[in-house]
Amino acid sequence: MLIDVLYAFAVVVAVGLLFGILLALITHFFGIEEDETAKKIREVLPGINCGACGFKGCNDYAEAMAQGKAKPNLCIPGAEAVAKQLGEIMGVEVEEPKDFVAFVHCNGTCEAAPAKADYQGIATCKAANQTYGGPKLCAYGCLGCGDCASVCVSDAICITDGIAHINTARCVGCGMCVKTCPKHIISMIPQEAATVVYCSSHDKGADARKACKNACIACRKCEKLCPCDAIKVIDNCAVIDYEKCTGCGACAEGCPTGCLKKVFFPDLPEDFSWN
Amino acid sequence: MEGFKSLVVILLSSVLVNNYVLARFLGICPFLGVSKKLDQAAGMGISVTAVMLLATLVTWPIQHFILDPFELGYLQTIVFILVIASLVQMLEVILKKFSPALHRGLGVYLPLITTNCAVLGVAINNITDGYNFVESLVSSLGCGLGFLLAMVLFSGMRSRIDETEVPKNFRGVAITLIAASFLSLAFMGLAEIVNNLIG
Repeated sequence: MLIDVLYAFAVVVAVGLLFGILLALITHFFGIEEDETAKKIREVLPGINCGACGFKGCNDYAEAMAQGKAKPNLCIPGAEAVAKQLGEIMGVEVEEPKDFVAFVHCNGTCEAAPAKADYQGIATCKAANQTYGGPKLCAYGCLGCGDCASVCVSDAICITDGIAHINTARCVGCGMCVKTCPKHIISMIPQEAATVVYCSSHDKGADARKACKNACIACRKCEKLCPCDAIKVIDNCAVIDYEKCTGCGACAEGCPTGCLKKVFFPDLPEDFSWN
Repeated sequence: MEGFKSLVVILLSSVLVNNYVLARFLGICPFLGVSKKLDQAAGMGISVTAVMLLATLVTWPIQHFILDPFELGYLQTIVFILVIASLVQMLEVILKKFSPALHRGLGVYLPLITTNCAVLGVAINNITDGYNFVESLVSSLGCGLGFLLAMVLFSGMRSRIDETEVPKNFRGVAITLIAASFLSLAFMGLAEIVNNLIG
């Protein structure tokens, strides 16, 4: 009787010991030590895994930085405060990160841009875009189903009058909406940008006009008006080079359709709510 | 030849008929938890397969050369749990070294394999079904592949569900469970297929 108990005891202890030793050996030979710097960096990063830094997520960025493969000023949502802390951890001087905000290049409101069909399907831009490019006559315009708003980490996007608007005061510049928009009409622009193009249509002037009253008709008036050569009409749509733009607003004043605007979106207070 | 045929039957039936997730309802937590993305689902499936094989490789000899001679069959559960837990720990260390991305992706589910009923179930079922060593290995490979198959199929279904407009009350866990039940239903239809194919 007692011997049975002893056997049982011995077997369990022996098996446990054997596997314990094996485990210790494997950890000894294969184990890797957690990088302390990467761990610290990860704690400082916002942890929203937005990917604006160009890495897969905060973890990847932290590891790349710990190995010296990435600069500490790439975290856009974290902005200056995070960059400074990261600089301290890494022991390097940090260049100030540029502040970028997302902007929707479309002003095809319900009134300006007529619909070509009545869309009754799944209420996402992705699905609408797969159905003959969406219900709007303009093939380039905002579909207004709010895919960008649903991925926005800072609740900065609202859909009003059929198009998406981005609250620049709230936008953290992560660029999630830029990646999500199936029409590719959201882009990152410098926060201090004074003039913006409210259109993405690459249709020729007459066609663009037919599809939307507010469209860029590629008349090239802005090119001529711009004193600093910052606007170019590329592929039937005006594009501003923010490296050159001084924000004088000459283009916005002369634009016949009003797709160039000087003040684009009011800076709403931080605690503003759309509901 | 006869032996080979029975191995094929064991392999196919453990993949299709006695699928651990969809017919025996073991290992449901990783099936629901990690099946959201195909790559993670496949990673989990492969690691479970690896752990099942490893576990059988070790538990079968333990049962037949240690527990049976000493008549300690009642220690089966506790010894197997001990063995499987340490095997998973080893797998975790090795994965962390050679595939950190997969390691992070699996997250909490890798330690969960430790207490995964599917893994313990395979180890114990192999003994109770009276398989010899080779048959046990084939059966656990089949069970692992069956788990992988279920994970991959279900991750496909879930990505489809993500694209569709689910009625509000069914969103989230509810529709996931409903989809899982349909997949299980489909697998129940395969019950006789292996016998008819080979028998």
